[in-house]
Amino acid sequence: MELSVLWFFLVTVLFIGFFFLEGFDYGVGILVPLLGRDDTERRLLLNTIGPVWDGNEVWMITAGGAMFAAFPNWYATLFSGFYLALFLLLAALILRGVAIEFRSKRDDLAWRDLWDWLLCAGSLVPALLWGVAMTDLVAGVPIDAGMNYVGSFWNLVTPYALVGGLLTLFVFTFHGSVFLTRKAPRELADRARRTAGRVGGVAILVFLLMIVFSYAKGVIFDKAGAGAVFGVAFLALVLANWLVRKGSTGWAFVLSGLTVAGITLANFWDLFPRVMVSSLNPAWSLTVYNASSAPYTLKIMTITALVMVPIVLVYQGWTYWVFRKRVSTRDLEY
Amino acid sequence: MELILARLQFATTSIYHFLFVPLTLGLSLLVAIMETMYVRTGNETYKKMTIFWGKLFLINFIMGVVTGIVQEFQFGMNWSGYSRYVGNIFGAPLAVEALVAFFLESTFLGLWIFGWDKLSKKAHVTTIWLVAIASNLSAFWILVANSFMQEPVGYVIKNGHAEMTSFAALLTNPNVWYQFPHTVLAGFTTGAFFVMGISAYHLLRKKHGDFFRRSFNMGLSLGIVSLLLVLVMGHLQTQHLFQAQPMKMAAAEALWNDANPAPFTLVAGIDQKDQSNSFAVQIPSGISFLLYYSLAGGVPGMKTIQAQEAAQYGPGNYIPPVGTVFWSFRVMVAAGGLMLLAVLLAWYYKRKGRLEDKAWLLWAFLWAIPLPYIANIAGWVMAEVGRQPWIVYGLQQVQQAVSPNVSAGAITASLVGFTLLYGLLAVADVYLLTRTAKEGPETEATSKPVTVVEGVSLWN
Repeated sequence: MELSVLWFFLVTVLFIGFFFLEGFDYGVGILVPLLGRDDTERRLLLNTIGPVWDGNEVWMITAGGAMFAAFPNWYATLFSGFYLALFLLLAALILRGVAIEFRSKRDDLAWRDLWDWLLCAGSLVPALLWGVAMTDLVAGVPIDAGMNYVGSFWNLVTPYALVGGLLTLFVFTFHGSVFLTRKAPRELADRARRTAGRVGGVAILVFLLMIVFSYAKGVIFDKAGAGAVFGVAFLALVLANWLVRKGSTGWAFVLSGLTVAGITLANFWDLFPRVMVSSLNPAWSLTVYNASSAPYTLKIMTITALVMVPIVLVYQGWTYWVFRKRVSTRDLEY
Repeated sequence: MELILARLQFATTSIYHFLFVPLTLGLSLLVAIMETMYVRTGNETYKKMTIFWGKLFLINFIMGVVTGIVQEFQFGMNWSGYSRYVGNIFGAPLAVEALVAFFLESTFLGLWIFGWDKLSKKAHVTTIWLVAIASNLSAFWILVANSFMQEPVGYVIKNGHAEMTSFAALLTNPNVWYQFPHTVLAGFTTGAFFVMGISAYHLLRKKHGDFFRRSFNMGLSLGIVSLLLVLVMGHLQTQHLFQAQPMKMAAAEALWNDANPAPFTLVAGIDQKDQSNSFAVQIPSGISFLLYYSLAGGVPGMKTIQAQEAAQYGPGNYIPPVGTVFWSFRVMVAAGGLMLLAVLLAWYYKRKGRLEDKAWLLWAFLWAIPLPYIANIAGWVMAEVGRQPWIVYGLQQVQQAVSPNVSAGAITASLVGFTLLYGLLAVADVYLLTRTAKEGPETEATSKPVTVVEGVSLWN
């Protein structure tokens, strides 16, 4: 296999890991001020992701770095093209990170309330934008012969892309609420379960709409494999909802994770071997071949990744093991 | 227009990011040492120190993290020409940084914050050491990337862009091995002055004497060592830069014409248009001595280097904004000198056992907290502005690097957005740091767990 193809696969894996992990972080972030009725409850909810959210976010940093190193043209076209959307994403991520770290450093309730709502907004915006971006990637955007995006911000905000955004928003929120049923103290976990039921229902409807829309546009379902994975993701979501209702939240979490992974995989599958689709002329699309780095760089990157990724997985996994128990007020930090 | 805006945005976001990074480098080390002392001696004061300084560390750390994401994204957003041209090379250290350092730092920081009751003492202190090591490792990879911009090595130009030929050459780039120690030691200095300044404030108020005396002394030890080493590294780096980037150094010395012996210019009136200085206060043979340890020795001036570069790269203006480079260099050195004076005085009075009687000196340390920040920023302004018009020295100029498809309106919108957001966050950050620093360590009464609901308790 060519190294550039391997790196497309690795970037896909990084995004799956990122959305799986940060997906529930975003979900919890959105739910903190909505589910938590007082300060202690909000702290408890936040502390379910407290020890891990920052490490989870590094999956995004790594995916970005991997794109830059392995596919400089993909990185350059995507980031300069989706300029204002990325600015919004960055602003949201900045507010979100600062909110998590700052909110409990003062006793003032107004201070904490302000940061909790900023956390909610700062989690909601990226959860929506990632779906919009992923949908734009597969649907195609105006790219000229020189690999430059020639549209405006509004070319990205199509009805189809918005449905894609709503899909990740609701799926991530569902994923987060299922996560809370496992990690939050009992009373809050019960509340999270009821929320999961409602959010999950909406997620199923949005997913159905997305399937119809995609099929009509000839996107995702134009490739049997991608379409099948997308279908499996939908079934996983339905099953996860049923399991939440039944009370087997552990399996529900596995399946909500599978939903996240399936949606991501289906999109990247549909993309391959293209990395950015030109809506102006199929010949102007960027592919793993014309967007990638030279073999030497890819070789260096491959060795680094093969050594480091397993190590990272081991110590991140160990962190989850250390914090495997439900959060209690005994160990609040944020 | 787009170029100016993109450069302004890069300057704003990078300078802002680098307000937080050096303190992370220095304070993570100090907190790790404090906790090590706690584990080894069992003295509760060290645990309280770890928690107090650790809290300030965390407030600062997150600002560095979130503004760092912007750094990774903006090369693609504003500098797509650059990203395409050198992504083969420049992207690799960034990706390696994330894989090798940033994962380690973030994951173990989470364990450190939340692991007090879940890990053994030894495992817990190991987590903060891993955070400190990873932060500094992170700096290394970023500086590998930056060094390629200053002094490109290990590449070949092929198919219209730069391709990597030797990863080892990137890692052994001479510039890295001057810039990395210089930057990291400047970070340690920043941490030392932060701790000394806040400790001085409390020593003046005669509160928590033992706590802040120990803190101050730790800062002082690190401060003296780091400052002396920064000085040595800075000196060696300057010698190297005269060879590797002669234009940058000639500008930093406002040296228009070749000189032998070359004087060191203390202050000068710089006229960029006329390519001359209206006046200059100089130490004769100063530069020759610093470079060759001799009173004689030639140094090329900007006009000569301009002619050489025009012959090599084609017609154009290769002289950076001289005033900015010249003055930022002096501001950095002057701030360093003041810091060195302060730590030497503190060391002298501490040996005599009279440090805490010298209120003026303690006040000076409180007001000296900004000094390392000024030096850090001035140093980077010199390094980056001094490289203009190049984005990668000798390979690509900034006007070829800027994104061709991003409109002035889009850059303006994001520039205004970032500036407002960063401004508001700066207010919140300074407010939180000041309040936390002023409060001092928690007393016995407040550090006890408070029962909030039956059977569970809440640590504040």
